[in-house]
Amino acid sequence: MAIVLNTLLVIITSLAIPGVINRTRALLAGRQGMPFTQHLRNVNLLMKKSTVYSTTTTALFRIAPAIYLGAAIVAMLFIPVADLYPLISFDGDVICFAYTLALARIIIIFAAMDTGSSFEGMGAAREALYGALIEPALMIGFATLALFCGYTSFAEIFEHEQTFDLHLTIVMLLTAFLFVNITFVESGRVPVDDPRTHLELTMIHEVMCLDYCGIDMAMIHIASWIKCACFSMIAANAIAATCCFNWWFATPLAILLTGLSVGVVESTQGRNKLVRNTTFIVTISALAALIFFIGYLLKLDINI
Amino acid sequence: MIYYITDNRNQAIHLREIPEVDYAALYEDLKERLTQEQYHVAHYFARPEEQKLRFYLILLDDATAQIMISSFSMEYYEDIALPSLTALHPALHPFEREITELYNVEFDSMPWNKPLRFAFNRRNRNSTIDNYPFYTIEGESLHEVNVGPIHAGIIEPGAFRFICNGENVLHLEIALGYQHRGVENEFTATDNRLRQMLLSESIAGDSAVSHGVAFAMAMEKLSGKKADENLERERTVALELERMAMHIADTGALCTDVGYQLGQVACEALRTMTINTTQAWCGNRFGKGLIRPSGTNKPLTKEKVEMIRQNVAQIKRRYNEVREDIKTSASLLARYEQCGNVPKQEMQRIGGVGMAARASGVSRDIRSSHPYLAYGTELKHESIIKRQGDVMARLMVRCREVLQSADYIEQILSNYTPAESHLPDYDSPLKEESISIALMEGWRGEICHVAITDKEGKIETYKIKDPSLHNWLALALAVRGEGISDFPINNKSFNLSYCGHDL
Repeated sequence: MAIVLNTLLVIITSLAIPGVINRTRALLAGRQGMPFTQHLRNVNLLMKKSTVYSTTTTALFRIAPAIYLGAAIVAMLFIPVADLYPLISFDGDVICFAYTLALARIIIIFAAMDTGSSFEGMGAAREALYGALIEPALMIGFATLALFCGYTSFAEIFEHEQTFDLHLTIVMLLTAFLFVNITFVESGRVPVDDPRTHLELTMIHEVMCLDYCGIDMAMIHIASWIKCACFSMIAANAIAATCCFNWWFATPLAILLTGLSVGVVESTQGRNKLVRNTTFIVTISALAALIFFIGYLLKLDINI
Repeated sequence: MIYYITDNRNQAIHLREIPEVDYAALYEDLKERLTQEQYHVAHYFARPEEQKLRFYLILLDDATAQIMISSFSMEYYEDIALPSLTALHPALHPFEREITELYNVEFDSMPWNKPLRFAFNRRNRNSTIDNYPFYTIEGESLHEVNVGPIHAGIIEPGAFRFICNGENVLHLEIALGYQHRGVENEFTATDNRLRQMLLSESIAGDSAVSHGVAFAMAMEKLSGKKADENLERERTVALELERMAMHIADTGALCTDVGYQLGQVACEALRTMTINTTQAWCGNRFGKGLIRPSGTNKPLTKEKVEMIRQNVAQIKRRYNEVREDIKTSASLLARYEQCGNVPKQEMQRIGGVGMAARASGVSRDIRSSHPYLAYGTELKHESIIKRQGDVMARLMVRCREVLQSADYIEQILSNYTPAESHLPDYDSPLKEESISIALMEGWRGEICHVAITDKEGKIETYKIKDPSLHNWLALALAVRGEGISDFPINNKSFNLSYCGHDL
């Protein structure tokens, strides 16, 4: 029962975050804005549409969205919601999670290259670069959790650490901050990428999906929501572990944490110049290394 | 005397009075003259006259407010190549390219002799936009990115061919000429002055008032029925309102392109307010129907004056807040500063005009150099000049010009007393065999209309120059060495017209 509830909660989170982002943006812009469920309606509309494929593409292009969505769903099943237990859990599943998402990324990069379009090639190159740069941050983040808690599975990391002591609080809050940053990069939001832009030359993630339509596009959208929810949930879990380790606390936290922060940043800030993105992402990796180091020192029980 | 000298307020000139000189003499003179910053060519075109092809060249002297006109001619079927002025002064490239395209006149050692716009009346029908000779560079690490001619949006067609090394742009070539309306010929196809007036308002939809004023000025110089002082004031207000609206819209567009939502929505709201003010005045948001030769159907009343003053004051105050926001936002400065540099020297060489040129330190502004309407009399216009020549400079010129325009409108309207106005005049005869030159500064830059009448006083040749004709090349230069992802903000910072170029 708890496992079903857990999966359900992650799904709800992934469906709710885009709505919160859109509402936050509308509110800050002083507009009436789109309804909370507009993104679901859009996807519903996409699913009803037929698909068109370029004659230059191969089968790879057609199966890529399914693999992309599949990988995202599998990754989602590793994620616990605070005190609940995920569907799949084993030692080292943090690594499995990271590389399931990497599989999703590589398949969509291949699909983009498959179209032979110069735009999509540029997008694929950018996605590959930023994906490679954010990977150390992700792995060091997981390493910090694993080191501090002594487990290498999401469920156990969060489950066994509810001692509410100062050291844990410091490391968990820092890790949560790190994962919120990673969420921005992984889900392609401002300042790294702008999902709303109509300019092919500046896009990163969107430009790779230019040739998709109909249900393929819908699958890519859903997969992006799930990816975003996974990282958001990890950050929320880390925060919940320090104060209130309950699913009814972690779920709304995950939704609001990403929804509000992305909404506020997208309303008040411009995008990075593309070359600065590299610096931005490497800085996140450096931050991860710093947090790892702090975690290591605290583990050695240094007095502070 | 090589030149006939006049200025922007004078009447039309009889064609007899334009000196017809030897091309060699003109070439030698221009070779020297154009090296000086104060001179630039406003228009240079050819037209068949009897059995000959007569070339007119209109040179502007910014220092003394003179318009200098010269001409030369050659036999219609004469097969000699003229030495190219473009080779020395690249600013002349659109003119020489157009002459070659229309009349097959060869220019010797012309460095970039590609067709300008593939107009329907071009001489060589085999050269089409589909086989446009794009510039190419060979290299293992280079790739070409083609954007357009059909764009994802509601903009007009134009192909942008980038040659990139990774993310860096080495070269951008802009191919225009996908759509034509043959506007220049349409002017000669009808004698109905009202129809011609409407035509002029549609030359470029975003400069309806500017082109309208240019046409009205050209006609008034030919008919001798000058606009009275109040009409001149009204036109100045309309022009400045258009300038405000377009600059605010472009500020918003620049914010959109970097994903800055607050700036975008604020500017969209202000732009709507500005064009709605124009609508409340004349019934059209872009000022169509407002400008008519020698008179107006929409005179300013006391209530309208008050309405415009109030709105403009509010727009100015709110826009200033947006400007401060942009200037103090680190994430925006990081995008706009040091991006898309066009140094003054280059802008000068390619003959950039208008606000883009002023952002690079080239002080070219018809409002101060060749005054017309209320400029130079009631308004002492001082151009806003920046030196950096980057996206930020172009944005800041826009911002400052909006505030300046608001001040001008306030200045004119605070002393404005409505008086009896004339109705438009569509019937008075035009001076025969004359050339009329109307120069004005649209929001984008220098607009030049030239009308030449025949023996019966009908318009025989009408030539239009939109500032975009010069500035497209500036955009191509601006993105050299930049990341390809910075092209959109550079493009928006110029915001050039496709239809103004393709006509």
